[in-house]
Amino acid sequence: MIVDSDKDLEGQIAEWRAYMHRRRELLHTDAEELEDHLRSRITELTEAGLQADEAFLIAVKRMGSLDELSREFAREHSERLWKQLVLPGEPDALAARSRRELPVMVLCAAAAALSIKLPSLFGLDISDDDAGFYMRNLSLFALPALAAYFAWQRRVSLRVIGALGLLFILGAVAANAYPLAGDSQSLVLTAIHLPLALWLVVGIAYVGGDWRSDRRRMDFIRFTGEWLIYFVLIGLGGGVLIGFTIGTFNAIGLDAEGFIESWLLPCGAMAAIIVSAWLVEAKQSVIENMAPVLTRVFTPLFAVTLLAFLVAITWTKSGIGVQRDVLILFDLLLVVVLGLLLYAISARDPAARPGLFDRLQLALVVSALIIDVMVLLAITGRITEWGFSPNKTAALGENVILLTNLAWSAWLYFGFVRGRMPFARLERWQTRYVIVYAIWAWTVVLAFPLVFDFA
Amino acid sequence: MHITKDLVAASATPLVLGILAEGDSYGYAILKQVNELSGGQLEWTDGLLYPLLHRLERLGHVESAWETPPGGRRRKYYRITDQGCAELVEQRRQWATVVDALRGVWNSTQSIKPITAPAWEAGQ
Repeated sequence: MIVDSDKDLEGQIAEWRAYMHRRRELLHTDAEELEDHLRSRITELTEAGLQADEAFLIAVKRMGSLDELSREFAREHSERLWKQLVLPGEPDALAARSRRELPVMVLCAAAAALSIKLPSLFGLDISDDDAGFYMRNLSLFALPALAAYFAWQRRVSLRVIGALGLLFILGAVAANAYPLAGDSQSLVLTAIHLPLALWLVVGIAYVGGDWRSDRRRMDFIRFTGEWLIYFVLIGLGGGVLIGFTIGTFNAIGLDAEGFIESWLLPCGAMAAIIVSAWLVEAKQSVIENMAPVLTRVFTPLFAVTLLAFLVAITWTKSGIGVQRDVLILFDLLLVVVLGLLLYAISARDPAARPGLFDRLQLALVVSALIIDVMVLLAITGRITEWGFSPNKTAALGENVILLTNLAWSAWLYFGFVRGRMPFARLERWQTRYVIVYAIWAWTVVLAFPLVFDFA
Repeated sequence: MHITKDLVAASATPLVLGILAEGDSYGYAILKQVNELSGGQLEWTDGLLYPLLHRLERLGHVESAWETPPGGRRRKYYRITDQGCAELVEQRRQWATVVDALRGVWNSTQSIKPITAPAWEAGQ
């Protein structure tokens, strides 16, 4: 009799375990930890005189509903699957929404695609002299639609919608109110920084208005990496499509280039922004995230390259040639290193012990820092000589911002590799720093034209 | 007596850290201790202790290690870190402030109790 009930109990526990393993939020070790708990509870209850099956039922009940449990686990371990906002639970409402998901996405993509053709109704054509207008406003065509898509999907509050609207209006005003000449540096700076500023505004919609949360911010960083990869892939496919369109129509004596230039390319690019975002959301559970994989591949390669560069400098004793655009080159280098760091962090299990890859990452960051400090030292003497133009100020400002980030990251990383600091400190530093990028991007867009007299 | 969810959630971290400050422990034992300390009044959903422990681990307040006692099951033990001890001190300070403030409120509300009946009622 007792043997029988023991066997039953084992069977029930095995069934429960299998059920746990079906949840992707729960790792094997989590399930094991919970099973240990379940068994302890059952032992206590049977010792108090309950039958094994009764004890099992009570123990499972006390464990809490599995949906609630996996939601809590997902919230805590968002690196395992970063779809907190599509958490299990509310299955009915969710199913109804996911049916409408595709039409809403298509609607937003169409809105983005058509909005870039709106100005041509008022006589502003892409290929004409109005290129400056399109350069300034490029991000204002698709990003509001993207923000609207996320605002719908996350069901954000009216206050957040209001804030999003105001920020986009601010961006539009900043891009168009200043009298910037077509060949001015400020125009180029606005064209580069406004998309960055507005992308972070999209981030507010992405995180459903919960922009103070570090974990949500990390989700947005993950999203950005995956989105970029999808966007590039779609762009490559679009290139092939354009090539075939031109070739096939040429074969029958029709010239398709005009259509491509004024319709297919601009509209397609705008729609691709929305479609990429939707793909990231829809497919994130299907394939492994790509950005961390690329990071794994390129971190060692970049580390070796930078170290070789450092060796070469000391070996040949040649200083870095201080050209005017060298700052921009090293800005981009720091951006790449930061990207590698960011996407290594985003996919890392925060509880894992430091390993070889972490040391490699640290070497990469430190060598990038040394190189950048050398560049900055070489350049500061010359800066006064050149004077502060908008371009140089922006390049220098960005360099300082990235340098600060990487220097403190290196310090935190050093503490982590030596086992004196939890990895979460590094993660939190990066997610908090996003606000600095936002402030800087808005400063360049809003204040630079005024400070530099629209140069 | 039913204690509200918010209150349970707010007190969870100091309770767990406090228990771990007395010695390494594992999930089930921590839960039992919470139960004993509160005289069975503080009811936690068993499973939700674990996401909390994992969060404390991520923040560096506790560390964990799997250990297998001879003849026993593999079990995950948690140990408080120096940083966790500092956090516990900080939490204690905050809770002391809250408790003091509440005590003040209870005392003052007790003294005004006799006049809580509206004046027009008293006049009748």
